This record gives sequence, C-alpha cells and structure tokens, in this order.
Amino acid sequence: MSETEKRKQRTLAAETWRRFKKNRLAFAGMIVLICLVLIALSTIVIDLVTDKAIYDAYVIKQNLRMRLQGPSKEHIFGLDEFGRDIFMRMIWAVRYSLFMGTIAIALSTIAGGLLGSLAGYYGKVTDNVIMRFMDVLLAIPSMLLATAIVAALGTSLTNVLIAIAISYVPTFARTVRASVLTIKDQEYIEAARALGASDSRILFKYILPNSMAPLIVQATLGVAGAILSIAGLSFLGLGIQPPTPEWGSMLSSARAYIREGWHITVIPGLGIMITILSLNVMGDGLRDALDPRLKK
Amino acid sequence: MQNKEELLSIENLTIHYETDDGVVYALNDVSLSVKKGETLGLVGETGAGKTTLARGVLRLVPSPPGVIKNGKVMFGGTDLLSLNEVQMRAIRGSNISMIFQDPMTSLNPVMTVGQQIQEVVEAHNRRFSKEEVIKQAHAMLEMVGISADRSSEYPHQFSGGMKQRVIIAIALACNPQLLIADEPTTALDVTIQAQVLDMITALKDRLHTAMLLITHDLGVVAQNCDRVAIIYAGQIIEIGTLFDIFKHPLHPYTRGLLGSIPSLNKQVQRLSPIKGLMPDPTDLPAGCKFAPRCKYAIEACSAAEIDMHSINANHQVRCILAREEADDE
Amino acid sequence: MAKYIVRRLVMMIPVLIGVTFIVFFIMSLTPGDPAAIILGDQASAETLALKRIELGLDKPLLVRYATYMGNLVKGDLGRSYRNQISVASQVWDKFPNTAILAIAGILVALLIGIPIGILSAKKQYTAMDNSAMVLSLVGVSMPNFWLGLLLSLFFALKLGWLPSQGMGRGFWPLLRSLILPALTLGTGAAATVVRMTRSSMLEVIRQDYISTARAKGITEKQITKKHMLKNALIPIVTAVGLQFGQLLGGAMLTETIFSWPGLGRLMVDSITSKDIPMVLGSVIFMAVMFSFVNLLVDILYAFLDPRIKSQYKRSPSRRGVDV
Repeated sequence: MSETEKRKQRTLAAETWRRFKKNRLAFAGMIVLICLVLIALSTIVIDLVTDKAIYDAYVIKQNLRMRLQGPSKEHIFGLDEFGRDIFMRMIWAVRYSLFMGTIAIALSTIAGGLLGSLAGYYGKVTDNVIMRFMDVLLAIPSMLLATAIVAALGTSLTNVLIAIAISYVPTFARTVRASVLTIKDQEYIEAARALGASDSRILFKYILPNSMAPLIVQATLGVAGAILSIAGLSFLGLGIQPPTPEWGSMLSSARAYIREGWHITVIPGLGIMITILSLNVMGDGLRDALDPRLKK
Repeated sequence: MQNKEELLSIENLTIHYETDDGVVYALNDVSLSVKKGETLGLVGETGAGKTTLARGVLRLVPSPPGVIKNGKVMFGGTDLLSLNEVQMRAIRGSNISMIFQDPMTSLNPVMTVGQQIQEVVEAHNRRFSKEEVIKQAHAMLEMVGISADRSSEYPHQFSGGMKQRVIIAIALACNPQLLIADEPTTALDVTIQAQVLDMITALKDRLHTAMLLITHDLGVVAQNCDRVAIIYAGQIIEIGTLFDIFKHPLHPYTRGLLGSIPSLNKQVQRLSPIKGLMPDPTDLPAGCKFAPRCKYAIEACSAAEIDMHSINANHQVRCILAREEADDE
Repeated sequence: MAKYIVRRLVMMIPVLIGVTFIVFFIMSLTPGDPAAIILGDQASAETLALKRIELGLDKPLLVRYATYMGNLVKGDLGRSYRNQISVASQVWDKFPNTAILAIAGILVALLIGIPIGILSAKKQYTAMDNSAMVLSLVGVSMPNFWLGLLLSLFFALKLGWLPSQGMGRGFWPLLRSLILPALTLGTGAAATVVRMTRSSMLEVIRQDYISTARAKGITEKQITKKHMLKNALIPIVTAVGLQFGQLLGGAMLTETIFSWPGLGRLMVDSITSKDIPMVLGSVIFMAVMFSFVNLLVDILYAFLDPRIKSQYKRSPSRRGVDV
C-alpha cells in the first residue's frame, strides 16, 4: 500500500491523533498533564489508605520554629509561614485545582451543550430565548459572576464549582449552537429525517457527535480558565480555605511575607502556570489537529 | 532565442513545492510562448500545474514552499526570473496582469471598487494627479460596462459577474501587453460566462493585449483561442493552433479529452471518459506521465523521458507513437 | 449608521435588565441577617425586626427587585451596610481609578500585542514567530496575580524603582504607580491579542484578494496596511472588547495586590464584610460598563466593515440589472 492509500484509510479520530502527536509541544503538554493527574490520583489513594495520616503529618502540620526557611536538602521547596513543607503542599494541591476545574467544566459543558443544541436545532423562539439568556450571563465578566455567586452562597467547594460552571455555560452554549447550525443544514440530516428519524435521534446520533470537535477544544481551554478562576478566588479568600493546600491561597498568604523569601511567592505560582500551560498547549494542539485546513 | 512576434517565452520552467509531506513536482521542464495579441489557451485537469505556471510567470508562487528550480521566462528581452522584487512589481499590473479564478473572493471587501482600480493606476503612474487617476478608474469601469457612479460602492454590492468585470477593469487599467486569465469564468453561470468572455475578447482586441487563457473547458477554448497548449502532470504534452488541436489531435490524452465531450449531433450510449487518474504529483512515473492510463502505451513509453517533437511549424507533441504516426504520413 | 446605533442601544436594554435581575437574585440568596450586620448582634429582637422592615426585607423578591430598580434609575443604589454611606457615591468615587487602570491595561495589550501579532503572521514559522508564540502562551497561562506579585517583588521591593502600593497623586507619581499594575493587568490581555492578531492576519493572508493585490504590483507595505490589516482588524476589535471583561475581573486581583483604590478592591472588601448593597452595586455597575464597551466595539466594527453598515442603510437600491 502506497503512502497515499494508507493516508486515505485512516479514521477521523486516528488522523487527529496522528496530527496531534506531530505537534511536539502539544504532546509534551499532554504528558505533563497525565503526570499531574497521576500525582493527584496518588494523593487521593494515599489519603484513603493511610486515613489521612500523611496529610496530617506533612501537609498541615505546622512547625513554627522553622518557618519561612528557604529550599534545602530535606525540604526542596522550603517551608511556608507556618513551617509547613511547601513541596508536600504543592503535591497535595494538584488535585483540588485539577479535579475541581475539570468537574466544573464538565458540568458546564453538559448544561451549555444541551442549551446550545436546543437553541441551534429548534431555532426561532427557543433560540432567541436561550441566547438572550446567554447574552445576559456573558454581559457579566466571568470573574465577577463567580465572585458574586461565592460571595452570596458561601465559600464551600460546591459553591465554587457551581459559580465557575455557570460562568462558562454561555461559551459552550455558543460553541455547540454554532456547530449545530452548520450541521443542521447538511444534506445527510435531511436524508435522516426523510427516513423518519425522530428529533432526539437526529440530535444525539448525528448532530452531537459531529459537533464534538470544537467543543473538546473549548473544554480543554475551559479547564485551564477554570483553574485560573479557582486560584484567583482562593487568592481573594473566596475559594478553597486554608489549611487545605491550594495554589491560589498559598500565594495569598505569601503576600504578607513577600520579603522573607522568594520561594513562597514563586513556587505556587509556578505550579499554576505549568498546569495551565499544559492545558493551553494541549487545547491549541487539539484545535490545530482537528482543523483540516491548517497544514505545516 | 526570441521570435520577433513573440511576447512571452517560457523556457524549461521547472517549479517544485517542497513540503513536509514530500516534494510536489508541479511543473517539469515547461516551454511555451505567447505571441503579441494572440490568445493561447492552456488546457489541463485540476492539479496539472496550470495555476503554478500562471503564477510562476509573475513570480507569485508562494515561496516557501515553492521553489523555481530551473528555467527562464523571457518577456520583452528580459528574463523575469532574474529580476528583483522591485523590478517585478513594476511589471505586475502594468506590463503583465493576472486575473484569478473566484471573483467572489478576489476583491478586498473593505475597499470600494473605485479605490481598487485607482490603486493599480496610481501604482504605475506616479506622475498622475489624483483627478487623472480617478478619471482613468471611471473610464475603466465604463469600459467593462459598469456605470462610473458605482465606483464608491463595495464589492458585496455587486453580483458575481459584475465583480469579475471589476477585476478585469483592474487588470486592464494600465494597458498590459499580456493578460493571464486563470479560469476566469469557471465560477460563473454559463450565460454570464459567455458575456464575460465576449467582453474580455472585445477589450483585448481593442487594446491589442495578448492573453494566456487557462481553463479546463474545451468549449471556452474553441471559442476564444488562437493556439492551444495541453498540460498534463506538469508537462506540456501537445501544443498547436486551434485547428491542429481540434481537428488533428495527436496525443492520446488530447484525443481522450476531445472524445469525452458530449456531442449534440452524435448518438451515443455512454460517455467515454479517460480511464484512471492523473498521477500523484509527489510520485510521478518515469518516462511518459500518461503511459499508465494510455491504451496505446508500449514499453518504450515508460523507459525514458519523452521530448517534444515538431510535426510542423506550429504543432508539437510529446509522444513517441504520435511521432511515428506523423512520420508515416 | 445612527439607525444601527439606536438598534443596538435598544437591544442592550433587556440584557441590562436581565443582568440586574440575575445579580440581585444571586445576592438575595445570601444567608445571614443584614439588620444584624448593620446594628450588631447585641441589638434587641424588636430593633432588628424594625430595621428589617425599614430595609424592605420582609417583602417578596420581585417587589424588592422592582423597588431596587426604581431607585437605580434615579441613581440611588442604596446604602452600604458597613458605613451607611450611599453605595452610588462610593462606586462613582472609586470607579475612575479602575477605569484608569483598565484603560492603561488595554493600551499595554494593544501597543504590544498588535505589532507583534502582525510581525508573527508575516514571518510565520521563523524564529521570531516561534518565540512570540511561546511567550504569548506563557503570558496567557500565567495567573495575573502571580505576575503582579513577581513584578512587585522584583521592581518595587528588590530594585526599588517603582512603588508597590497605592495610586500616586499628580501626573508623574500617578504614572509611576500605574506602571506595575497596568503591566500586571495588561500582559495576559496582550498575549491574547498577539495570538488573535496573528491568527486573524494568517486568515487574511490566505485570501484571494491578497493575490489580486500582489498582481497589481503595489508595495508590500501598502498590501499590509490597506488589504491585510483593514480586514484583519475586524475580528481583533471584537476580541479586544471581550478582553475588557476579563480586565474588569482581573482588576479585583490587581487592585488588591497593589492596594490600588479602585472599584475592584472596594468590591473585595465588601464581600469580606458581607456588605450586600455594595457588592450588588459594584457588580451591576461593572456589568453595565462592560455592556457599553461592547456597544462601542460594535459601532467601531460597523465603521470598519462596510458590509455591516449596508444592512442598515435604507438608501434606494442602485443595483443595476443583475449581471
């Protein structure tokens, strides 16, 4: 089989994966992300298995005599203002940002996707009503919206999740709606309808699978944004509360001690940046891999 | 060596595209010429290299990935390939103009049509005053049948056919000696096609412009061209007068093309297309590029590269069998 | 053109009503007793009850909303729970400072972002392009509050070149105190603008009308200015408008770090002290400002793209016979 024939036989998913792999930056981002997920999962397992013993001993335990010590051989990232080991706190902090961001976006995708498909598919009044509502949500800058929700409802994990999920719904609704509008008019949908397929069957079997591409890209980038928002909220004291380790709140407490050591300021921020960078790079790579027009 | 009547002489032009997926051998050793005032038709399938040739003349081949490997493009005694960018710019739009395939997207949507014509006039007539530039732009609009009042309108306010007329006005505004038209009517309705082509021919006769008309439509060729060149897989495989090509086609590909046109007078059961596909330009066969599809092919066809053979002063063909047939006559 | 503006203004009204309602609704869900916040828990039950009636808290949601809106259009946003001063006056007092910061941020974003984006697009795949892409990726991924802390740490505390807190009075002090916060706020936006400009330019560079322009023999500079930029700016302008929203949100964080006396910091303080009318007023005000910025962007958009204006012109059609 010649190279050309081989090329023609690949499925869309396989072709996308092949193009994605060629993008070394995006691939590296994915590897980093997988490592982070593994770290997060392992902390969950460790906590379950040891009944939070390690957590209590290393992540929360204060040691005021040694506070604000810089990086050393035993504590590679140094100690924070309560003498807690920053390295351990960094490791434990991964799961909050990562999983909360993912769950918030997952919720948002489902809600936004549903609204977007209904709006795009049924059009007219449904479309108008739904999109006006989305316009209202979009008129409020997302950080402000999330802050208002958390301010009102309190700073629990659930509330932060809800706040961020809601602020992303309009973006996903728009993305899905745009896809649905394009696909709706294609001839294979007409053909399916002529064969008697019901609305919900058409929506779920034909339209949604073909709208996945832009949605996946948006979702990846959305998780990055969500993590940023969570960190920002925590920084303001409105998100995850200490002593639970979270990068944003770690930076917040670092403010008062900014002169005492660069490590408390630089390191948590680096954690946020690396996570978000990997997600962004992956999202960009996905977008390029899925766009048939882009060729290097 | 240039003939006195010759305006453009392309000699052994070879252009490749070097991409990540391999080298695309778009044009291989192409030679042809256009005489003053004549219309040369360049016929070929999609992917044969027509557009690369057209762009190559004006040095508009995107580079990277395009690379001009070899050849000369003689125009008015100068090799265009040896000129620098500033010198080329003086030629584009004033000595040689080009119009592209899709009128719907070939005009800048945020500039008025008047401004777009003025732009080319201004670029090549620095001494003109603003009024003279505008006057010329208006004159060009009228020449293509559009009221000069409409010069402050935007492209989206015109239909496809009218957009193409604006594009022609831009191309002819500085009275070029050669107009390269890359499938100017392919994107238009058949009735509009006829009108636009008629207009181009009328203007070209009036202004004594030569034209390189690129198309895949043999009907257009028959009605508008003086001479015809057939291009296949980056090579010219036959060239001759209109009469030569249509009445005495020699290359099996040319014969196939002409044979595949549905006829109004003959009764046939089926259309007769040419079997197979044009070879992948990244993976061209050795020898004759058409041999894999040719029903007359013999071993010698694929053994070595085939040269052009002159049947008479005007008619040349790149086929060893056609050569023998002609020699027998 | 005027018709277009009026139309957009009219369309804005239901959106603004929706915004105010949603924010009002959200804030009404706050647990806790406003009367107790104002009067302290030591107050007697009757005093608290009286206060609640005075604040209208005994009435149903829609009535309270209507009263609030009625007051809003008169310019009255209620009184702060914390210090009893009019919310509107405090918002109005602090807002200009945030506006200065936001505008400085956008300027940073545009002045850095657009030129780099254009160069990147024109020299695609070169070292310059690749490094610009990497830097802008980093810029987009960096939490702006972290950048603020780092800038503060380095330029203010270590080097002492610039102030790390507050807003200077007088032209030069103001400028000096503005630099770090503006850079903090604007860098993320600049990175986004670079990416957007580059992708918009790349899109335009591929268009057929650029080939037509080249075939005319005009200079590359002219092509970039009149053909590429004019078309590429259209989506960029829209994106920058949206960035403004991010900037308003980011202002909360930046103002906190640099103790900038703006609306963002006021809002954060109000949240911590559960000062509902203050939070409500600030959020609504910023959302309204954002909507107006988007309206301005839409108008600018219509200026740049003649196809939009055409839809709203009612001049007699001078389209000739269709050929």
